[in-house]
Amino acid sequence: MARAVTRNARIGWTIAAWAVALLIFFPILYTIITSLKSEQEAIAGFDLIPSFTLESYQTVQSQNNYWRPFMNSVILSVGSTLLALVVAIPAAWAMAFSPTKRTKDILMWMLSTKMMPAVAVLVPIYLIFLRTGLMDTRIGLTILLMLINLPIVVWMLYTYFREIPGEILEAARMDGASLRDEILYVLTPMAIPGIASTLLLNIILAWNEAFWTIQLTTTKAAPLSAFIASFSSPQGLFWAKLSAASVMAIAPILVLGWFSQKQLVRGLTFGAVK
Amino acid sequence: MNTTLRALLGATALCATAGIGAAQDNVTLTIATVNNGDMIRMQGLTGEFTAANPGITVEWVTLEENILRQNVTTDIANQGGQYDIMTIGTYEVPIWAKQNWLVPLEFDDAYAVDDLIPAVRDALSVDGKLYAAPFYAESAMVMYRTDLAQAAGVTIPESPTWTDIMTAAKAMTDKSAEQYGICLRGKPGWGENMAFLTAMSNSYGARWFDADWKPQFDSAEWKATLTDYLTMMNEYGPPGASSNGFNENLALFQQGRCGIWIDATVAASFVTDPKNSTVADKVGFAQFPNKDGVDNHGNWLWAWNLAIPTSSDAQNAAKTFIAWATSKGYTELVASKEGWRAAPPGTRTSLYENADYQKEAPFAAMTLTAINSANTQKASVQDIPYTGGQFVAIPEFQGIGTAVGQQFSAALAGQMSADDALAGAQSTTLREMTRAGYIK
Amino acid sequence: MATRQTQGLARLMRAPAIILLFVWMIVPLCMTLYYSFLNYNMLNPGMTSWAGWFNYQYFYTDPAFLESIRNTLVLVLGVLFITVVGGTFIAMLIDKPIWGQGIVRILVISPFFVMPPVAALIWKNMIMHPSYGVLADVARFFGVQPVDWFAQYPLTSIILIVAWQWLPFATLILLTSLQSLDTEQMEAAEMDGAPAYSRFFYLVLPHMARAITVVILIQTIFLLGIYAEILVTTNGGPGTASTNLTFLIYRAARLNFDIGGAAAGGIIAVILANLVAIFLMRAVGRNLD
Repeated sequence: MARAVTRNARIGWTIAAWAVALLIFFPILYTIITSLKSEQEAIAGFDLIPSFTLESYQTVQSQNNYWRPFMNSVILSVGSTLLALVVAIPAAWAMAFSPTKRTKDILMWMLSTKMMPAVAVLVPIYLIFLRTGLMDTRIGLTILLMLINLPIVVWMLYTYFREIPGEILEAARMDGASLRDEILYVLTPMAIPGIASTLLLNIILAWNEAFWTIQLTTTKAAPLSAFIASFSSPQGLFWAKLSAASVMAIAPILVLGWFSQKQLVRGLTFGAVK
Repeated sequence: MNTTLRALLGATALCATAGIGAAQDNVTLTIATVNNGDMIRMQGLTGEFTAANPGITVEWVTLEENILRQNVTTDIANQGGQYDIMTIGTYEVPIWAKQNWLVPLEFDDAYAVDDLIPAVRDALSVDGKLYAAPFYAESAMVMYRTDLAQAAGVTIPESPTWTDIMTAAKAMTDKSAEQYGICLRGKPGWGENMAFLTAMSNSYGARWFDADWKPQFDSAEWKATLTDYLTMMNEYGPPGASSNGFNENLALFQQGRCGIWIDATVAASFVTDPKNSTVADKVGFAQFPNKDGVDNHGNWLWAWNLAIPTSSDAQNAAKTFIAWATSKGYTELVASKEGWRAAPPGTRTSLYENADYQKEAPFAAMTLTAINSANTQKASVQDIPYTGGQFVAIPEFQGIGTAVGQQFSAALAGQMSADDALAGAQSTTLREMTRAGYIK
Repeated sequence: MATRQTQGLARLMRAPAIILLFVWMIVPLCMTLYYSFLNYNMLNPGMTSWAGWFNYQYFYTDPAFLESIRNTLVLVLGVLFITVVGGTFIAMLIDKPIWGQGIVRILVISPFFVMPPVAALIWKNMIMHPSYGVLADVARFFGVQPVDWFAQYPLTSIILIVAWQWLPFATLILLTSLQSLDTEQMEAAEMDGAPAYSRFFYLVLPHMARAITVVILIQTIFLLGIYAEILVTTNGGPGTASTNLTFLIYRAARLNFDIGGAAAGGIIAVILANLVAIFLMRAVGRNLD
């Protein structure tokens, strides 16, 4: 039975929702607008219509080649997420389907590893990176980002896997399916949405990591967080340029997020839905 | 840079020595620098250098000042060897040189090391050895609106006292027209408001520490400094001054909102640039003020310098680059491409003797006077155990200066009284200095 | 299939993740613990010596220490309050039959994709700047003196920025929960004449308890470690009005280069964070079973 919604109510809700959405989106929108202004326009006061100049983007690109940090961001975020999935899928699987008394404690312990402030362990990690030759390497940072996000990945997958009903497995076994078939044909299709949204969320988290990626890189492995650090607070107010650099740093992940939001949302429950 | 090799050897010193002996072909220089206009220009001219030195490739790491400082400090203190050239300030040079972290620089005659302005050269030397080459240098001076001064019927002498400044600021203020008599730094930070306030306190005859390293915020001189600063800012300053740093004041001045602005001399080339400044042809210059009867003009001296860490494995190539980037030839190169105004200021006497530069840069003479009069070896008229002008050249100063800056900024924001801010500054500094072992 | 065999396999599957995280936890933790008992300043590497409990004593006697703990709690609770209440509200709004639902949803979740330092830079310069920010322009339009956010309301400003970043996360999780709500039950209640607010408090809210718990748990872990937004905007000031515990450690480690002090601060922070976590599990953990 579909609920009848009066046209007026619908108009009201639509206006309210759009107003809230635009308010939330406004800072990003205004950054995009500012990036299309000249520097004089940028500090001249509120104006939603820029002169649509690409000057700032050109300046940013000529000062600091965008593509290398961009590629590094892609490699680091995708690489660390894939690596985390390889480690986390079996673990979450085991925790969900063969839980023990301590499973929940282990999960909590995993989350608690995120509680040490990064800056307090900077020197130990820095020295480890230095001594092992991992400094300013993509592989070093990939591993590090993987470790940072691993607890969240395990947690997300665990909560998702747990919702897969056990009866399906039993039914499949009764039909004579082997363990391999069971995993390949029964469980995997059911797990895919959860894995997909975990993947997306962790690419976002890894992309936005801006402490280690600046502290442990110089040139070869420096991603977009370092790119931004070369434009923030220069001598003089260059807001159009700063906006352009900001847009360049967030655009790829923003667009990815927009296109994949359905997949992202589907598995992003953290066990919130029973 | 061969990090794997270093990891295997484990001994960085060995690597460094090996690097010196190596031939200069196919070397990659990693240069860490700050994102200021002059450095970005240098980055843009890299091609000129590599064309003349085909064996050398240059990789830039450009970062904003605070992150740059943290990253290079971590690198050099742990002998990380990630960078071959570091852009560092006059604050770091003496501290790091004493730790033997920097390679002493010796140049051939063509470099004309005697052409470097003596005050700058002194600030970068320890025991007579030069440890960093200045890329550009600045002191502080008064910039003011000649038109507003005239309209208000005040004159600012070439060497004003604080009384002159306060009188002029009062006369030029018209808050209803968003016209503020004076703009000064208020944003907390050892290199932000404390750079200004330390210089101002010097000109009031105050000092940070007495000969036994005891902080002096309980002195009458500091109280006078802070009280006058707050009075000026509250009565003649712009709103929201406690978050204004160099950039914000620059923008305010360029838009014609400030009567007087006292800040780094490099600002002069920005405020007189007709492309960005609405008041370009109405700016006058004067020396950093002093208090009546105190012969001290703040002693502000800052330079961004290029230095080679001992952990670099490409020291010869690094020296070649530094010799290029801080030479007379580089200045001429910039001048030929972008005009004399764009030349990095404050480092070489010859620049200030150049007629073309004098013609294009009306602030040249005052800048030179300001830099020449800065004494970083003894910044206060009282006895002091430290060097440095608008900072104290000890490793602990970044932390202490910023904590004190926070107190003074809170006072400016009206969240505490001048007396409370001074008391807070005194106890914080005392605590840190005791901890660091200066006070027994 | 024998249970023992399954158990063995399960252990094998869990092992890599657990071992990796254990190493990742224990190695830095031990080194940090060790440093916390040393007089170790990075700028004076030759002067390292045994310090005993001095670093701990020095850290908790810092005049800013108690305020930093208070600020940490205010920051976490403030952001949680805004994101949970705002998230519930927005989730219910998006759940309504509106035109352009897809685009509205995209706009609402966008802040989640913005890097923390970039978000802070945008808010500091473009939105909250006392002279050139949009809010200042709005204030001037109404003839009011613009607010100097970071000087007058430093902690509130930071809470606003961080809440803006986390609102999408809360909204999404609460929305998924809302969508799984039994509509027939709602309709039955509606027909029985239950007013909107009692439907919300007796049906919707209990159903969302679990989702709210998840939001609180995950966000708390991230919010305890906030520092980038503070660094970019207020630098912990004015005074120490916006210094939280993480930023206090940041100050020790990156401004004073006091490795021993920062390590002691880190250990104190871990202990406090775990206390918070235990408290959280006691308070809301049962919702997770």
